[in-house]
Amino acid sequence: MSAHVIELNQVTREHGSPPVRAVDGVSLIVEAGEMVAIVGPSGSGKSSLLNLIGTLDRPTTGSALIDGADVARMSDNALSALRAYRVGFVFQQFHLSEGVTAIDNVADGLLYTGVGVRERRRRAVDALTRVGLGHRTTHKPSQLSGGERQRVAIARAVVSRPPLLLADEPTGNLDQTSGASVVELLHELNRDGTTIVVITHDVELAQKLPRRIMIRDGRVVSDSKDTP
Amino acid sequence: MKRRRTAREQVSALPAKTRSRLLRKDVLRLGASGLKSRPTRVVLSALGIAIGIAAMIAVVGISTSSQAKLNEQLSSLGTNLLTVGAGKSLFGDQSKLPETAAGQVSRIEGVEKTAWLAELEGIKSYRSRLIDSGQSGGITAAAVSDTLLDVTEASMKSGNWFNEATANYPTVVLGAKAAQRLGVVTPGTQVWIHDQLFTVLGVLDPVPLAPELDTMAMFSEHTAIETLGWEKNPTTIYERSSDESVDAIRALLPRAVNPENPEEVEVSRPSDALAAKNAADTAFTGLLVGLGSVALLVGGIGVANTMVITVLERRREIGLRRALGTTRKHIRSQFLAEALLLSALGGVAGVGIGMVVITVFANANGWPVSVPPLVIISGVAATIVIGAVAGLYPAIRAARTPPTAVLAS
Ligand SMILES: Nc1ncnc2c1ncn2[C@@H]1O[C@H](COP(=O)(O)OP(=O)(O)OP(=O)(O)O)[C@@H](O)[C@H]1O
Ligand SMILES: [Mg+2]
Repeated sequence: MSAHVIELNQVTREHGSPPVRAVDGVSLIVEAGEMVAIVGPSGSGKSSLLNLIGTLDRPTTGSALIDGADVARMSDNALSALRAYRVGFVFQQFHLSEGVTAIDNVADGLLYTGVGVRERRRRAVDALTRVGLGHRTTHKPSQLSGGERQRVAIARAVVSRPPLLLADEPTGNLDQTSGASVVELLHELNRDGTTIVVITHDVELAQKLPRRIMIRDGRVVSDSKDTP
Repeated sequence: MKRRRTAREQVSALPAKTRSRLLRKDVLRLGASGLKSRPTRVVLSALGIAIGIAAMIAVVGISTSSQAKLNEQLSSLGTNLLTVGAGKSLFGDQSKLPETAAGQVSRIEGVEKTAWLAELEGIKSYRSRLIDSGQSGGITAAAVSDTLLDVTEASMKSGNWFNEATANYPTVVLGAKAAQRLGVVTPGTQVWIHDQLFTVLGVLDPVPLAPELDTMAMFSEHTAIETLGWEKNPTTIYERSSDESVDAIRALLPRAVNPENPEEVEVSRPSDALAAKNAADTAFTGLLVGLGSVALLVGGIGVANTMVITVLERRREIGLRRALGTTRKHIRSQFLAEALLLSALGGVAGVGIGMVVITVFANANGWPVSVPPLVIISGVAATIVIGAVAGLYPAIRAARTPPTAVLAS
């Protein structure tokens, strides 16, 4: 099966009435193993697009095929399963549970796959080690730096080894250095085979990624790929 | 049954990895951790439930404890005592029992022992001769048979009952309240009755089966005839038999006591009166149970309110969980579990508080502590039902939160 990891055909997404088009006729294909930046100014529809790619939302018109599955035709339960096993998310605000250790935050990434708590914790330690936080497993978010918190969040996103990782402004709340190390971590994960889509309004960051899709007013304005 | 299974199997025939799964253990864990992160709110909203359950348990427990005490009392006092009184005549005036009444009763088949009492009209008792004669203070004078103490299961608080020697002297035995009213504490005290000094022989404990004795000044047959001018008509006859023959004897008593006017005779069973008094208490407990259920209702509303707020505050968390792959059903279970735990927490605390109240109350009254396990089980079960009802709407709302809430600012 040679399905694309992401395949959007003339996707639109409207909100409210009169309808506002957050995403306006986007078509794009992302293959397995790619690393893509989606760049655009504030309000250009980046998050809306991420919601569609991550199956958190359904298109108003057009079709979205994620991991070969047509989002419009799938039940809510099937989409949940797709997210549990096939898609990882990283957010600008980390969204970690306060008062819960790094290990348990990461283990939550496996909570909805029916894996027992011991196994979840064991794999959480592996994931934390993978993001370079093997020595911080019992720390709580309040005891970690911003960069470390985002790494915990990344560990949570990849603990179930999803083939697709989506990151919405992952460095938005970080300083230069921790931002750079998070980007480096994403590169590493990509080298291990994970398809990664990073949303950012930071053009400089986007330049470091092999493929850049620029959007404005919900439309793709350019799509450039480095030739390796 | 078979058919449904096949349908289910078709769904689960998909590889396991295509479904989100949440272990039941983890549902509880999630519910508990949701509560742990907001301890103050949890305590406050569980308190409403706790108070409601505590009130219910306490009320029921206090009533069952007093019932237990009553049963204890009845089994020691016996339920085989019948009391025969001279009722009112057809014309409404107080009738008297014939002189032979007591003897007739003892001749009834099955009667084991009898005693009698004769109220003496116009005999007034005072602490001393100096007291103004207006203040006679609700004490009834009565001639009594020797056997009265035994038949009514009365006991002496102090001093002695009449015996052969003392019966011929001006002596009196006082009921518990009568002694109090006359200010008599120790036997040997002299009191002023019918213009004459009487020596107090003894004082009775309160008599549960014959509470009328509590306010009486009692005299021996001899004293009553010689000194107080009694005409030998009893007013009340007490009778004991075996438990089985109580009903049969009850039917025979009026005719035996007063063959001419059996309809004037009043027969009663004092143990029934004791039980009825307790039943009257349960009417009062009904009111308290009502108050308890109002508290429970308010507690339930409190839980629902807390849960609705929690769900509103945690839209992002819900969105995040949806992004991590949970289904709507799982979200619903999580918040339902949280509501159930919250309410059950209140329930368990309430049962604890209720038990403490019962124990304190029962000890203060000298009752045995008796709480049927069913009451405790239904108390906790009630909180679980309340939690389910209170949590249902918030849980449904939580499940409706769209996954995109994780990104909404
Ligand atoms: N739920 C919604 N209801 C109404 N309008 C919405 C909704 N979500 C997004 N929009 C609108 O769609 C447009 C795109 O929003 P979106 O959040 O996708 O932009 P963005 O590129 O992520 O911006 P930012 O960089 O500020 O995060 C905006 O004009 C926004 O107001
Ligand atoms: Mg955005």
